[in-house]
Amino acid sequence: MILVLMIGVLLVGGLSCWLVAQRYPLMGRWIALIAVIIAFLLPVGWYIQHAPGITAVGKNWLIDYQVNWIPAFGISFHLAMDGLSFILILLTFLLGALSVLCSWNEIREKTGFYFFNLLWTLAGIAGVFVAMDLFLFYFFWEVMLVPMYFLIAIWGDFNRRYAAYKFFIFTQTGGLLMLLAILALYFIHGQQSGGQYTFDYFALLNTTFSNDVTARWIMLGFLIAFVIKLPMVPLHNWLPDAHSEAPTAGSLILAGLLLKTGAYGIIRFVLPLFPEASASIAWWAMLLGVVGIVYGALLAFAQTDLKRLIAYTSVSHMGFVLLGVFAFREIALQGVVMQLLTHGVSTGALFVLAGMLKERLHTRDINHMGGLWTAMPHMGALAMVFVMASLGLPFLGNFIAEFLILLGAFDVSPVLAIIASAGLVLSALYSLRIMQKVFQGQLQPISEQPRDLSVREWIIMACLTAAIIFLGLYPQPVFDVVKGALITSYQLPVAGGFN
Amino acid sequence: MTDSVNMVLMVATVLFALGLVGVLTRKNVVFMLISVEIMLNAAGMAFVAAGSKWQQPDGQVMFLFILAMAAAEVSVGLALVLQIYHQHKTMDVEDLKELKD
Amino acid sequence: MNSLLPYIPALPLFGFVILSLFGRRLSKPVTAWLGAGTVCIAALITITVALAFLQTTPPGGAYSQLLWSWFTVGNLSVDISLRVDALTLVFIFIITFVGALIHIYSAFFMWHDRDMARFFASMNLFVCSMLLLVMADNLVLMYLGWEGVGLCSYLLIGFWYEVPSNSRAANKAFLITRIGDTALLIGLFLLFKELGTLNMNAILQEAPRHFTTGGSNIVLITVLLLVGGMGKSAQIPLQTWLPDAMAGPSPVSALIHAATMVTAGVYLIARMHGLFQLSPVTMAIVAIVGAITLLVAGCSALAQTDIKRILAYSTISQIGYMFLALGVGAWSAAVFHFFTHAFFKALLFLAAGVVIEALHHEHNIFMMGGLRKRMPEVFITFLAGAAALSALPLVSAGFFSKDAILWYSWSSAGGSALLWFMALVGAFITALYSTRLMLVVFWGDMKTPVHQQPDRGMVIPLVILAFFSITAGFIEWPHNMIHLSLFSDHVQQVLPGTVMKENLPPEWLFQAIAAVVTLLGVYLGITLYYGKSGVRWQQSPPLAATREFFFSGWKFDQLYNFIFVKPFLFLTRINKSDVIDRMYNGIAQASLRLNGWFSVSQNGSLRLYIVGVLAGILFIITLQLLL
Repeated sequence: MILVLMIGVLLVGGLSCWLVAQRYPLMGRWIALIAVIIAFLLPVGWYIQHAPGITAVGKNWLIDYQVNWIPAFGISFHLAMDGLSFILILLTFLLGALSVLCSWNEIREKTGFYFFNLLWTLAGIAGVFVAMDLFLFYFFWEVMLVPMYFLIAIWGDFNRRYAAYKFFIFTQTGGLLMLLAILALYFIHGQQSGGQYTFDYFALLNTTFSNDVTARWIMLGFLIAFVIKLPMVPLHNWLPDAHSEAPTAGSLILAGLLLKTGAYGIIRFVLPLFPEASASIAWWAMLLGVVGIVYGALLAFAQTDLKRLIAYTSVSHMGFVLLGVFAFREIALQGVVMQLLTHGVSTGALFVLAGMLKERLHTRDINHMGGLWTAMPHMGALAMVFVMASLGLPFLGNFIAEFLILLGAFDVSPVLAIIASAGLVLSALYSLRIMQKVFQGQLQPISEQPRDLSVREWIIMACLTAAIIFLGLYPQPVFDVVKGALITSYQLPVAGGFN
Repeated sequence: MTDSVNMVLMVATVLFALGLVGVLTRKNVVFMLISVEIMLNAAGMAFVAAGSKWQQPDGQVMFLFILAMAAAEVSVGLALVLQIYHQHKTMDVEDLKELKD
Repeated sequence: MNSLLPYIPALPLFGFVILSLFGRRLSKPVTAWLGAGTVCIAALITITVALAFLQTTPPGGAYSQLLWSWFTVGNLSVDISLRVDALTLVFIFIITFVGALIHIYSAFFMWHDRDMARFFASMNLFVCSMLLLVMADNLVLMYLGWEGVGLCSYLLIGFWYEVPSNSRAANKAFLITRIGDTALLIGLFLLFKELGTLNMNAILQEAPRHFTTGGSNIVLITVLLLVGGMGKSAQIPLQTWLPDAMAGPSPVSALIHAATMVTAGVYLIARMHGLFQLSPVTMAIVAIVGAITLLVAGCSALAQTDIKRILAYSTISQIGYMFLALGVGAWSAAVFHFFTHAFFKALLFLAAGVVIEALHHEHNIFMMGGLRKRMPEVFITFLAGAAALSALPLVSAGFFSKDAILWYSWSSAGGSALLWFMALVGAFITALYSTRLMLVVFWGDMKTPVHQQPDRGMVIPLVILAFFSITAGFIEWPHNMIHLSLFSDHVQQVLPGTVMKENLPPEWLFQAIAAVVTLLGVYLGITLYYGKSGVRWQQSPPLAATREFFFSGWKFDQLYNFIFVKPFLFLTRINKSDVIDRMYNGIAQASLRLNGWFSVSQNGSLRLYIVGVLAGILFIITLQLLL
């Protein structure tokens, strides 16, 4: 029930933002903030109540809620949460609350509709993380897509139309393939179970495929949808445009959350549903992951647009996710979950910083910046923290993630892991370039000195900094919570012939 | 009996062809509408003939349908024609190419 | 004693946290007290621990303290856990003790800097990371410290970030060491894959059972660890960052780029000695790398004119000696040289800092001169440091440690005449450039006026360091002179003894040769530079070309620029707009083109449409009829 409430609060909150803002334009942001905070407190409160039982062995599904929706087609409203969903939901609402705060002053037009879209995107993302009925999953998948399109297309930068179309077409293509794959799975399972047609995830887990080719095609349908979101090279091209044109909160949600739905989808659906088929393409997926790591880093280094640069670093970091997922090792998968969290926090923070810089300097071009440490020492120090996080400094969470992924992948394919490690050197290259171009050097002669962080901005950055340091020094709670949820994802493919 | 049916169908075909030629050759929208009416009536005639051949009421039912439909079509069509004339001061379809890409 | 361990790194960490959060609000005295005070207290605690350790060796040969379990995933379990054994003790003593002296010095040196709080925050973080590096009981925590010191080095080299060349130097340092770090990381992966653990003790115990001596895996692992060490310790071919790193303030150069961080590679190899012993090939590589580095860097030091770059190259060269010692299996000699080197090189950098400050930031030694009379305290302390650097026999700490290395480079099982000869030539060069440095800076005519005398607080650390530069060697004498080997007895609780060759020439012969060579170097220096300003190198073209070659650090920078930097920049620049995007743009273009073609039919002529419909109907009917 708590899951329904959580999503409901966001949907209703979004609607009321829209309605109230017609009359009182400034009320919208308060309603949005309160709605997200309530949605955040619901799972947290639940966790505090049930904390002791969560890490207990053998109880993976913490909450399970199911009612009939369209029984004629075997569609039910089925929400369930395990450790993986729980962690990702916490991330969703943390970044969600911060994205509302980010938009506090940035958005001046149509605020009501803006917050409506923001909250509905968040609701869609949260729904994706808990939906256990494939029809419902697809529904939420689209719910998070359309408002995001509006966020980019209405409140974006100069080139927003192009970016929004590109984003929409790429993800919609993936969505279409996924829909076909879902239907194929639905019919195959229905025929096998003698007319018991259902979209339920747990029922579909028992599907067996008579021939490998069918399984592989259906698996690819899912996988392509997810790797477009992830994104994987060469399907990544929507990302730099969408990230750099979106408003700050949009970039934060895109980088911090939307990309995670792709990884979540692979872990939740692709691996358990198609263990053999996944195992058979694992090497190629890992290879593409490594290509992504290196290629993204090279592109990031070349950019002069700050947000575009950070966007390409996401491509590089998400390559680690693909590498880790298809290594089918517990260590690597735990690293992947960690990478999802830490990348959400650290790259999100970098986008927020880029947004703050843009607000002050009205440019995203790093060649027009320089020496800003003198003017804004606090922002400089915070930028240093997140730049270091993005290059994988061991005090901060990203190191744990990348270390574990590489350690796990090394066990499977040393060569790929070694090439991926070269990504660490490249990440240092592009990360340090940010610091050097933006904050070091002589302060450019600007008419007015940009002011340092405001209290609101301090709150945003303090949350993110605390999160990334906590994850770096004491990541164990995360590992404990998701441990049970990951078992099927790595054991089945290994049992299915992967070594 | 069969001959008369064939004859009637023949007439209907001729009528249809006349209507078609009218639609294709006329430039005036009103005449094109009239030609369409002729084609509809040709179709109706064919229905009636077929109904009498098979001794079924369906042919006549269909003809009544066509009548009603033709009435509706003409009313909408003429209204459009009036509007077109008001706005463009012409009835020539060659000049009405607003939908051109 | 165990419970005291966490405070040693925690105190500087505390200083870092307070200074970085509230640094701008604190007054200068508070900043200075906090920054220097935390390290001083850490040093006192270290000395307490050290005394206790020396009195009674703790069970297992080490104090250890588990703080918390960092993460446990699958079969990998990593703790935040500290361990202090005899080897670590030497390192933490140097880090905190020399570190404390340098912090006191910095309190005066950096007094007028706008960003003093940032300086002390970074320095404190450095001390904390360095302590974690040497106190870690597993390789992951060590790697945390390893990267942490890299970060601080980066922050402090680029401390005066407004000058673009400084931030470039900082980036260069970070990147080149990062290459080494990545190799180290891969080494850890391989170790974990082979042994299933990353705990140092477990590795050392497990390794001899698991690996066969000289097997390909162990060679690979040790080479990867070695590359990591070469990056941090600026050994060829990853040495080019260190001379540029002198862009940072002088205390930074003293602490990070002379006394502590750059010796992390030495620590790593010494700590993992059990692995290296299993791989004789790698040991030989270590020795050769050290020997080549000490010669190359020594020659470069001969030609430099910037006082700090001379010291930087000499640091590379001295670490080369340590690597040489490690490579021939003279573990304790290597650590002993680290021990003495930390004192005299920190001293030299701090004294150089005073000189530079006094002469309005003049770095060129040929613009100095005649400072002997003007700055007597600095002169005397610098003399002590230079004597130790050139290893003047019996009166300097450097002699005892370097003599041991020279001896072992011939006599140990891994040693050879060639290595010994290279080390000997290195000793000659060292003496030569030390003498050159002394004479040019302190003798001759004064070329730049002294505008301020150093504070008392800066002189006291110099004096203390000078004292140790002379006396630190007396705890370990050559075997044939006095039977006093406190140091090697101490570290050999952890490190194995050196395996010697049979039938060796007498040790005194080597000592005599080394002493003579050193004195020859000094003598040559005096004949070349005493009383003569302006040098005649430039007058002969071949010599000038050689000088230019040495001056540029054997053209390594240019080489790397040509091989790596330029192609990389070219590659990234041509692909800036992402070639894959072309493909999608192509798809978009193609659909636009198709749209163009088809929209021709959409011409708005109603009658044409009707013809189209008619044609369609006819087509379908004919199709029906035909099929």
